[in-house]
Amino acid sequence: MNDVKTFVPAPDRAPPSSAVGPIAWVRENLFGSIGSSIATLLFFYLFFSYVPPFVEWALINANWTGADRSVCEANTAGACWTFINVRFEQILFGLYFASNPDEIWRPTLIFILFFALLLPLLFEKTPGKKWLVIGMLGVFPVVFYFIVYGGYFGISQSNTTQWGGFLLTFTLAFVGILLALPIGILLALGRRSEMPVIRSICVVYIEFWRGTPLITILFMASVMLPLFFPAGVEFDKVVRAMIGITMFQSAYTAEAVRGGLAAIPKGQAEAAMALGLGYWRRTVFITLPQALKISIPSIVNTFIALFKDTSLVSIIGLLDLLNMAQTASRSMEWKGYDIEAYLFAGFIYWAFCYGMSRYSQNLERKLDTNRRN
Amino acid sequence: MTERTRVPLHRDPKFRALIIQVLALGLVVYGFYSLFQTTVDNLVARGIQTGTSFFDEVAPFQIGFSPFFDYKLGESTYIDVFFVGIQNTILVAVLGIVAATILGFFIGVIRLSPNWLISRGALAYIEIFRNVPLLLQIMFWNFAIFLPSLPAPKNSIELGAFYLNARGFHTPLPVIENSTGFGIWIALLAILCLGLVVFAKRAKARFEETGQQLPVGLISLATIVGGGYILYLIAGSPLIFDEPVLGRFNFKGGGQLPLPLFSLWFALTLYTAAFIAENVRAGIQSVSHGQNEAAHALGLSRKDTVRLVTIPQALRVIIPPTISQYLNLTKNSSLAVAVGYEELVAVWAGITLNQTGQALVIIGMTVAVYECLSLFTSFVLNWYNKRIQLTER
Repeated sequence: MNDVKTFVPAPDRAPPSSAVGPIAWVRENLFGSIGSSIATLLFFYLFFSYVPPFVEWALINANWTGADRSVCEANTAGACWTFINVRFEQILFGLYFASNPDEIWRPTLIFILFFALLLPLLFEKTPGKKWLVIGMLGVFPVVFYFIVYGGYFGISQSNTTQWGGFLLTFTLAFVGILLALPIGILLALGRRSEMPVIRSICVVYIEFWRGTPLITILFMASVMLPLFFPAGVEFDKVVRAMIGITMFQSAYTAEAVRGGLAAIPKGQAEAAMALGLGYWRRTVFITLPQALKISIPSIVNTFIALFKDTSLVSIIGLLDLLNMAQTASRSMEWKGYDIEAYLFAGFIYWAFCYGMSRYSQNLERKLDTNRRN
Repeated sequence: MTERTRVPLHRDPKFRALIIQVLALGLVVYGFYSLFQTTVDNLVARGIQTGTSFFDEVAPFQIGFSPFFDYKLGESTYIDVFFVGIQNTILVAVLGIVAATILGFFIGVIRLSPNWLISRGALAYIEIFRNVPLLLQIMFWNFAIFLPSLPAPKNSIELGAFYLNARGFHTPLPVIENSTGFGIWIALLAILCLGLVVFAKRAKARFEETGQQLPVGLISLATIVGGGYILYLIAGSPLIFDEPVLGRFNFKGGGQLPLPLFSLWFALTLYTAAFIAENVRAGIQSVSHGQNEAAHALGLSRKDTVRLVTIPQALRVIIPPTISQYLNLTKNSSLAVAVGYEELVAVWAGITLNQTGQALVIIGMTVAVYECLSLFTSFVLNWYNKRIQLTER
């Protein structure tokens, strides 16, 4: 009776080392076929002939400290980041704040405030997001105006002609999206309106701005805007660029929002109508919130494009991040260090745009309810 | 009874819509009218006479690069400058579109390569080039890389018959030497092509009858290349190649892309290719796996599956956004103003505007050119979208 044997299977043998583990991975992913092997070798060849010398130049042999170009001239094997280090405040905050050390707290405070508001917004589960959004879109611009522009509460008024660097890039992009959002929403609603006149006006507006390159619009804003206003009304260059950018951006925002509106099932609006809601209550409470939510990724994408496009203001003579870095690299003291200037400016643009595009892709994946995998 | 149910006028939707539209139209018209009035007042106050009379004035500046137009300083007029600008815009746009399409398709395809390194390499390319402002890229290549590091004409980099130096890129250019011979050659080529079309039709008919396939593409290619060359010899070699020759300061003869054009073309290609590569990737991935499996089950070879099942369906998704990218590339070519390539915005909205001060006319014409291009593009897009919708049924 006690002799009942239970069948104990032998333990599984480990899979052959050719099927799992790093060797198998390498074999499958890098040397899967003859073509693939050649491609891998070619890739390694190109990689090792370009990347290590670049890393050596940009990081290992680079000059980081010092106060003038003599350091970099002594060691020409590496990049001259000394130059960026010395001009750092100018490139970040522009001439006005960089030349007044007492005022440098103003842009610094603004950036800290901005990121303090932004970071919690990026996480899905942050409580009280509504208030953060209100803070970002409603309170932050006011604080920005009082602190950066100044002129009140004993804060000296800054000279916009001396605004520049990353601060200017940031300001133009932020103002662009802030003003373009409401205009764009109205245009998108107008384009979907059933009234032919309203619809035509919106279509013409949107297509007009979308069809023209931004640089032409900036030229237009800087030479034609003064003609459009009665004598005595004067805009400075920064405001002119802001107006041009807002016009341009609102057309693109409108298209992004229209995409969201088109994706809302018709039943939503019909149900709201059946409940007796009029056009505005139907739009504000039912369709628009849903549409805005799903159009966030496309709005972020248009914002990435705008952030990159703000560099165009350097052509009409504003000292934005790109122009500031370039001007610094063409000054007498630092002539010849263009590569470092462009790489540094490029890296800042890249970091922001890449971060935003990853965020928007993430969001898209979350919002995509009928995903395939 | 009817008295009671009648909707009061201010609640009648049709009436309200009418009022709103009339008001909106009135507002727009009034806005334009007052804009027009202030502009006229301002122009009068500044003593600017707006008009098109400056078109026929002689332009007091030189344009260095006008390959399709004989531009002469002291003879050519402002309106010639406008046309040279348009030609140069179209030239860089066409060069950029061709190169960006080739590079973009290549990167997009290898993005889906089973080789991990290659696909990651393509991803890195896409993420680097599309997230840095194009203007910065143009300036980087022109001012930081090409201008300081390319050699002087004497020590040009030689790539066969092509030369690259700090002045630009020099290529041999075919020139018609014997125009009757050239005419004969073209006529013979046309006959050859006609023959190939007939051959392709025959081959298809034969395939439908017997199921036997002929390598039509390969045969056509070989015939065009080989036959074309033989016909060229028969017609008496009517072309000569005008090769760039090193002169005292720079190369003379041949085709020349000045360095600003070369940098612009280079940067536009790298930038736009990143976007096209993403379109290509998305297009290929949009073809569902079941399509491949079904083709396989029907016994199609791997090559035929790609050619007859994957590509036609992927192209439908790839082409519309790629056409938009072409328009973007054309609009982005206006950034040439930063490196001094003489396209429309640089010579017309830039130099000519500074010389004449005719802001309204000049900006208006510049905008009109781009609006025409954009209308043309959306026309093509709509036409294409209609066409693929029809084939879907």
